[in-house]
Amino acid sequence: MGDEGLELSALLAPFSPQEWTAIALSLKVATVGMFVSLPFGVAIAFLLARRDFAGKSILNGIVHLPLVLPPVVTGWLLLLGFGRQGPFGRALEGCCGLVFSFRWTGAALAAGIMGFPLMVRAIRLSIESVDLRLEQAGETLGATPAMVFATITMPLAAPGVVAGMILAFARAIGEFGATITFVANIPGETQTIATALYSATQIPGGEAIAMRLTIVAVLIAFTALLAAEVLAARVSRRAMEL
Amino acid sequence: MIEIRARHRLGAFAIDVALEGRGPTLALFGPSGAGKTTLLNIVAGLTRPQEGRVVVDGVTFLDTVAGVDLAPRLRRVGYVFQELRLFPHLRVEGNLLYGRRFARHGEPVADFDQVVELLGLRSLLTRRPARLSGGEKQRVAIGRALLADPRVLLMDEPLAALDDARRAEILSYIEKLRAAFAIPIVFVSHRLSEVERMASDIAVLDHGKIVLTQTTVAPPPRDRRETSR
Repeated sequence: MGDEGLELSALLAPFSPQEWTAIALSLKVATVGMFVSLPFGVAIAFLLARRDFAGKSILNGIVHLPLVLPPVVTGWLLLLGFGRQGPFGRALEGCCGLVFSFRWTGAALAAGIMGFPLMVRAIRLSIESVDLRLEQAGETLGATPAMVFATITMPLAAPGVVAGMILAFARAIGEFGATITFVANIPGETQTIATALYSATQIPGGEAIAMRLTIVAVLIAFTALLAAEVLAARVSRRAMEL
Repeated sequence: MIEIRARHRLGAFAIDVALEGRGPTLALFGPSGAGKTTLLNIVAGLTRPQEGRVVVDGVTFLDTVAGVDLAPRLRRVGYVFQELRLFPHLRVEGNLLYGRRFARHGEPVADFDQVVELLGLRSLLTRRPARLSGGEKQRVAIGRALLADPRVLLMDEPLAALDDARRAEILSYIEKLRAAFAIPIVFVSHRLSEVERMASDIAVLDHGKIVLTQTTVAPPPRDRRETSR
């Protein structure tokens, strides 16, 4: 019986401390990555949606690179740029004591970068769906461009912004290649659900662990997608109400 | 007193206008496509003509020769758009008060309670625009423009989307507010009956040109203008 593969009792057994640590770390890394990238995401989405400038398509391309590059390449570039010897890594360690290499902060950076294209895309689309004529109305009523953005554009785009955050979060939960290249797979420090799952598949008898982590990952991703879908529907309904 | 001069070409459409409104209400009258809305947008600063000069109540909004071009927010026009453009995420009260926080300091021309009473908006304050009828939306849009403490009210076809009963109702609201507040009005219409009833000055537009102007106001002696206001 024992060699028939997965047993139900093994699936239902409580999570081991190491699994819990990986799940908690995944959530932490994805949450921090998402929130830290949010202001940049909103700013870049606004520029892409509402401004014309030289190099716009280049900026757009750079933002989308993590989506199309092999994640290992992104991880390697992060290592070059944000490792302790990298120019950004050294600068950030010098000014703020922020170290990325082989730390959870590095995993959060990788998570934020990998989720960034999805976030920017969702926010950009929702900003584009805000009727310019409403922004003009705000202007004629005396609002400065910043106030128009804060009181009209952002509230109307809010469901799309939240949807973008959720997508980035879900992408970050699933992040593997860039993370393991940049910060390795250290239990308790950089081992997330994805990398723990990978480890489990490399050891004999790890199938139950792998399956349980898989279920957790599927649940998180599916919930996030559903939430994003509901919010996106709300954006288009708002747009119809004008 | 309003002065509008504009020369503007947009593809096949060209506008070339010079007009003055001496009285409290200037009507821009003409068929659709005549350039009436473009002219309002030029006054509001949403369209910049290639050449032009706009002066409202002694304030120069635009003078392309002198290089003056006030941003829309500094012109302080109360613009009632044809599509109204109420903010869908704000309740009626939020819409009405939107311009208030940016208003000039000092005594506002229109008081919130007075406008709410005048336009019959009291019972609508907590509603969202999506839950208002056409006539109600129109009144909210007028109230919002009025409460932004405007130098001039611009109304683009304020009655066009309404049925006859609503039209008479809004018309009487506009007449009430014209009596209550000393704010000049520029309104656009393609209906002669509205123009005749409301306007002190009329400019008839066709294909971007003025074909006829008419005023019910005699040019006032300069020194009497102050006392009459």
